[in-house]
Amino acid sequence: MKNRRFVTLDGNEACAYVAYRVNEVCAIYPITPSSGMAELADEWSSKKVKNIWGAIPTVYEMQSEGGAAGAVHGALQSGALTTTFTASQGLLLMIPNMYKIAGELTSTVFHVSARSLATHALSIFGDHSDVMSIRGTGFGMLASASVQEAMDMALIAQASTLESRIPFIHFFDGFRTSHEVAKVEVIEEEVMKKMINEQLIHQHRRRALSPDRPFIRGTAQNPDVFFQNREACNPFFLACPEIVQRQMDHFASLTGRQYHLFDYCGDPKAERIVVAIGSGTETLQETVNYLNKKGEKVGLIIVRLYRPFDVRKMVEALPSTVKSIAILDRTKEPGSPGEPLYLDISHSLMEAYAEGYAPFEKMPKILGGRFGLSSKEFTPAMAIAVFDNLKEGKGKNHFTIGIKDDVTHKSLDFDSSITIEPDSVIRALFYGLGADGTVGANKNSIKIIGENTLNYAQGYFVYDSKKSGSMTISHLRFGPDPIHSPYLIREANFVACHQPIFLEKINMLEFVVPGGNFLLNSQWKPEDVWNYLPLEIQRTIVDKKVRFYTIDAQTVAKENGMGRMINTIMQTCFFAISGVLPREEAIAAIKESIKKSYGMKGTRIVEMNLKAVDSTLAHLHEVKVPAAVSSTFKLVAPVPESSPDFVKRVLGQIIAGQGDELPVSAFPPDGTFPSDTARYEKRNIALQIPVWDEEICIQCGKCMMVCPHAVIRSNVFDAKYLKDAPTSFKSTESREKEWSEKGLKYSIQVSPEDCTGCSVCVEVCPVKNKSNVSLKALNMAPQPPLRKQEVENWEFFNHLPDMDRSALKITSISQQQNQRPLFEFSGACSGCGETPYLKLLSQLYGDRAVIANATGCSSIYGGNLPTTPWAKNAQGRGPAWANSLFEDNAEFGLGFRLAIDQHYENARNILKEISAEVGEELASQILAADQTEEVGVNAQRDRVEKLKKILENKKDEKFVRLMNLADYLVKKSVWIVGGDGWAYDIGYGGLDHVLASGKNVNILVLDTEVYSNTGGQMSKSTPMGAVAKFAAGGKPGGKKDLGMMAMSYGNVYVATIAMGSKDLQTLKAFIEAERFDGPSIIIAYSHCIAHGINMEAPLQHQKALVDSGQWILYRYNPDLEKDGKNPMTIDSQPKKVTIEQYMNLENRFKMLSKTHPEAAKQYYAQATIRAKERYEQLQYIAARTTNEKTTAVTTVKEELTN
Amino acid sequence: MDLSTQYLGFKLKNPLVVSASPLSENIDNIKQMEDAGASAVVLYSLFEEQLEEEQKELHFHTTEGTETFAEALSYFPKSEDYRTGPAEYLDLIYRAKIATRMPIIASLNGYSIGGWTNFASMIGEAGADALELNIYYIPSNLEMTGEEVEQEYVNILEQVKERVRIPVAVKLSPYFSNLANMAQRLDKAGADALVLFNRFYQPDIDLKSLDVTPNIVLSKSYDMRLPLRWIALLKGKIKANLAATSGIHTGWDVLKLMMAGADVAQLNSILLKKGIGEIASIEATMKQWMEENEYESVKQMQGSMSAMNMPNPAKFERVQYMKALSKFQA
Repeated sequence: MKNRRFVTLDGNEACAYVAYRVNEVCAIYPITPSSGMAELADEWSSKKVKNIWGAIPTVYEMQSEGGAAGAVHGALQSGALTTTFTASQGLLLMIPNMYKIAGELTSTVFHVSARSLATHALSIFGDHSDVMSIRGTGFGMLASASVQEAMDMALIAQASTLESRIPFIHFFDGFRTSHEVAKVEVIEEEVMKKMINEQLIHQHRRRALSPDRPFIRGTAQNPDVFFQNREACNPFFLACPEIVQRQMDHFASLTGRQYHLFDYCGDPKAERIVVAIGSGTETLQETVNYLNKKGEKVGLIIVRLYRPFDVRKMVEALPSTVKSIAILDRTKEPGSPGEPLYLDISHSLMEAYAEGYAPFEKMPKILGGRFGLSSKEFTPAMAIAVFDNLKEGKGKNHFTIGIKDDVTHKSLDFDSSITIEPDSVIRALFYGLGADGTVGANKNSIKIIGENTLNYAQGYFVYDSKKSGSMTISHLRFGPDPIHSPYLIREANFVACHQPIFLEKINMLEFVVPGGNFLLNSQWKPEDVWNYLPLEIQRTIVDKKVRFYTIDAQTVAKENGMGRMINTIMQTCFFAISGVLPREEAIAAIKESIKKSYGMKGTRIVEMNLKAVDSTLAHLHEVKVPAAVSSTFKLVAPVPESSPDFVKRVLGQIIAGQGDELPVSAFPPDGTFPSDTARYEKRNIALQIPVWDEEICIQCGKCMMVCPHAVIRSNVFDAKYLKDAPTSFKSTESREKEWSEKGLKYSIQVSPEDCTGCSVCVEVCPVKNKSNVSLKALNMAPQPPLRKQEVENWEFFNHLPDMDRSALKITSISQQQNQRPLFEFSGACSGCGETPYLKLLSQLYGDRAVIANATGCSSIYGGNLPTTPWAKNAQGRGPAWANSLFEDNAEFGLGFRLAIDQHYENARNILKEISAEVGEELASQILAADQTEEVGVNAQRDRVEKLKKILENKKDEKFVRLMNLADYLVKKSVWIVGGDGWAYDIGYGGLDHVLASGKNVNILVLDTEVYSNTGGQMSKSTPMGAVAKFAAGGKPGGKKDLGMMAMSYGNVYVATIAMGSKDLQTLKAFIEAERFDGPSIIIAYSHCIAHGINMEAPLQHQKALVDSGQWILYRYNPDLEKDGKNPMTIDSQPKKVTIEQYMNLENRFKMLSKTHPEAAKQYYAQATIRAKERYEQLQYIAARTTNEKTTAVTTVKEELTN
Repeated sequence: MDLSTQYLGFKLKNPLVVSASPLSENIDNIKQMEDAGASAVVLYSLFEEQLEEEQKELHFHTTEGTETFAEALSYFPKSEDYRTGPAEYLDLIYRAKIATRMPIIASLNGYSIGGWTNFASMIGEAGADALELNIYYIPSNLEMTGEEVEQEYVNILEQVKERVRIPVAVKLSPYFSNLANMAQRLDKAGADALVLFNRFYQPDIDLKSLDVTPNIVLSKSYDMRLPLRWIALLKGKIKANLAATSGIHTGWDVLKLMMAGADVAQLNSILLKKGIGEIASIEATMKQWMEENEYESVKQMQGSMSAMNMPNPAKFERVQYMKALSKFQA
């Protein structure tokens, strides 16, 4: 207890700090929100940080959580102290091994940042639905409620598992605890050594498999003995709670922090008690203290050890005065008599009462409730409502708190205006843009205050679900006492708006306290800035007498060479205005922290930041606030007034940040949402947009093809429509001869409010202005002055009729790109390399596509609320899209195929049976239709429409059945889409099975060569030498050759493509793959922000990639064999660029030369050899004559026969 | 036969110094240079822009997209061991010092007084025997006077001299109104040697891509005439050593430059063309000529044909140049 050392860190780090030091092996698989723990462990391992025994733990990334659990099980059976970190579906995938590990009484702790399970929707946020799903495994369950506890319980769990032999999960709330940054007292290694009994480790090792003392484990048993044997473990489970309490007491003697299996806090004579687990208990504790001070007899039981559940200890924790108890579960078990904790506590009270050891004389009222699903806020106001519900005369059971349930009316009402935070806590809210470094700066401020002063600090960060132009909201608290407020700030002393574009979107002063401070970064002058504020903001400033400050941080950043990074500048302003620290002291601390944070990246970066700090205060101004509001404009409506009802009523509210206010009735009960909604969310995030120069444009279509957000489009139309065109609308003669002869006009139009300003369209534009080569046929220009005019133009453009698809030659990019995209305005990163492929898919086959999408980037930008990008055409048709899981997507998509084929066959059979009734000619045309090409599909669609006309209103069962199935007579294009994490790793087994099925499915692998969505972890697609998480020293192994593996089946269409290198080859591959009547796989190289490249000019990387031979373009089309041709076509030739030159263009490779230069050289050399070998292999396949191949096959057959 | 010479305070076994080029990026090449007979090597140039850009680029790419999206708060593993900018270079100096016995001269290529002059002191601390400062400045500012440009050179030199204890050579371009005056100013500002001359790579235009492209043209033997003239003119008039560079391809070129007054001759293009082993051939040619012409040492010939020692010093000046041309035409 002497030399107490405090640090600021988040819950993941607090937990991993201990877990890493008391283990030897970590086998992991990344999954949000637990990834941070595994990444830190890997980082420490690569930096050779030692555990408490002086060894460097091994951290190993597996292909799935199932794999990680298997590896953990193996390492444990081999005597290593082993751990893993996981959450949600990951924990579910570990369940089979968890039963084994517990059944074998094996000491281990799995650390879990608890997260929602995917049900009607996926959610990455926190609740207990995952951990509650493993109750039956036999694992102990120890819960933490705060960042400090995440560290403490990690150690207590480890000590307990070694002594009890019961394996544990140690869990805490995903995001709310895992990602909350707080000031905690560090557990020193000496304490860890005292907590971990070496003798128990020796015993753990002696139980390991060893040929020197062999035994077998994992027998198969019969009915005669299994049951008895299963019961043999009982003594261990019975002894476990006492062991845990002993370890908690031991821990308390070493640290002063005392925990109990069930901690009671509140009035010793409390009558109303709440029982809960996890971070919600922090809020409850704070509320209990508040209510006790007001004289209310309330109390709280914090459940620490949930399994093995000690009924007696639980009951003993209750005061005898208890009259009513509410049990809060952070999970939902539909159809059950109650949620797990409720049932357990109810049972305990009953049992204690029945057996006579209950402390109360009269059975208390017991109520169960649900709260906090998917990190739903749980505030003191809600906690008060729960206590109020326990009062006499009330007592809603099976309630929910935190939402409004207007369907089954289960929810408790609460007064959201109640706040109980003391004035001694300074509370600050920061609205930042993802790219401007706001969150990083705030984490840094917490560190400065937490580690340089006696103050406690807390930070929690709310992120956007979009990956481009996203808003971050930082919630920071500072105060003299430990902070137990795990909920968002609703009364802020300080509000900062780091980007003026947010001003018109949300009322960020909604939560400012009277007399609070408001800091706005804008380029408007201090004397003018008032006039740019919306009415709502002005009114708050005036009414609440808010002090208003402004700074032009962009200019300060620019002057100091810092580009868009305004973090240091805004941080300096915060300290200068808020007075958390004396100004001079704060500035010295910021400067010291800059040197520490950026020192490794070079003196120039440090200098830039130091200079920025120095020049900040001169640019910071307090604005003289007028006595009255004067603004003539209000906040912009989240969606246009003309939007469909559901969009306005539900999605619009979510966009406006009012999603919490939506009642249960607003939502579809089964997770079914309308598609084609992204068009209503106008985000206006582009600083610049492309402007078309119709005079020099050659109408090649490349800009449309590469646009990641489908915001730049072309159309060819009759000149007659131009008469209604806005004056600034541009069009020109079509350069296609056949169209220009008909007098058709050509136009390219940009949607200014949907563009992200990535400028990839400008990069790909092949035309240079002959009088000024710095100009192209597309040039970026500032968006704000163009916005109004281009919105009008876009509106007009959108009302032009689409060009007749049958008139388009789809093998020509310039013509094909006139097809309307049915994937638009997604939340993908600016400059994304994946989305152009999806857009192409949607253009070519969207009206008949059914898409199975693996979890990952594409499922998030493709399906994350509020609005989604899969769209519909003028006829109301469009891609039908669904996401099942991460690991099962190939199988999920195959299921589509099986069902569609079944429907097709059923429909055909019925049609044959009733062909006379519907007309023989029509029936035979439908049955014999060739739907290989779109023309055939459209003709069939027309026939089926005729058929449906005949079938409608018919009562006969066959007619009705056919009516329901008739649409399946039109070809459906099944697409299975996912990233390399899915295709190469977690979903590979299923992918392989689907490839082998022979079924007509199209698999599109969006290959970024890294886990992009979860933050850059290595996959088996990651190329040799690339730096990624879990490959900090460069990936040692080569990239898996998925194409070659698929090709080995012989009847699979395989293509590897890279649009930025050869767009025409990409187009051909899509067309061939879809046409191929069997499994096809397209492996599409997708540049990614995780590559460390300039996302404004990413195509040059794809070119260099292919030109170096690191990526070889080819198409393997088994259909060609039918014509006696070789199925392999190689479409690229490595020639112009060396592998080293290519690798030096991308920081994922280049970083290695800065950290491990010798390794980098070796990898360059090996990658060069490997690329050459691969090219030669493909050349060999392409050069084989069909006869030779046939001969070879025959020879093998003969051998087999003989 | 004594080929030794003095340069930057070191006694060199011969005047053959390898000038800054990509050849010295590799430690094995540096060893080969010594084995082939080089008496010193100027390491490849560390470019000011490169240092800045590299740091900015690394910083940008390791932070781009971070703390933006809840599932991907970063995209790369954290590392505190980046060897940005001078780290690799300093490491090369250290390794070159261990691997060879010849003086190792570091080279900094820059254009402004700024953070990069800090690297000068780090270079000294890393063990470099001397520093060659390649001030590469193309003034395109219409408002900047020649005087201001020249003063910038002097300022940079003075600032670097303040930071380092090792000798500092300045590599110059020939494009000054009065090179002799410039040389004198640098001499007074503390330059321990002048390296004549820096060759500017001139840009070209690619007619296919309509892009400006760098166009590297290796020097030809004729190019040594320019340093030859200026060395002959400056010899004896300034204290700083004189190093010749540009177009030195043969032993005869070296001999001529020694006679003009150079203390060392820096080789580059010829080694890129013919390989590092060519140093030995150049030395052999020198020795053969000196033997045939009964020269005992390089010292004996150094400056023997400088302007000071010429009966008609004007031969190195313009008038004589014109005559030479008319003579050639005749």
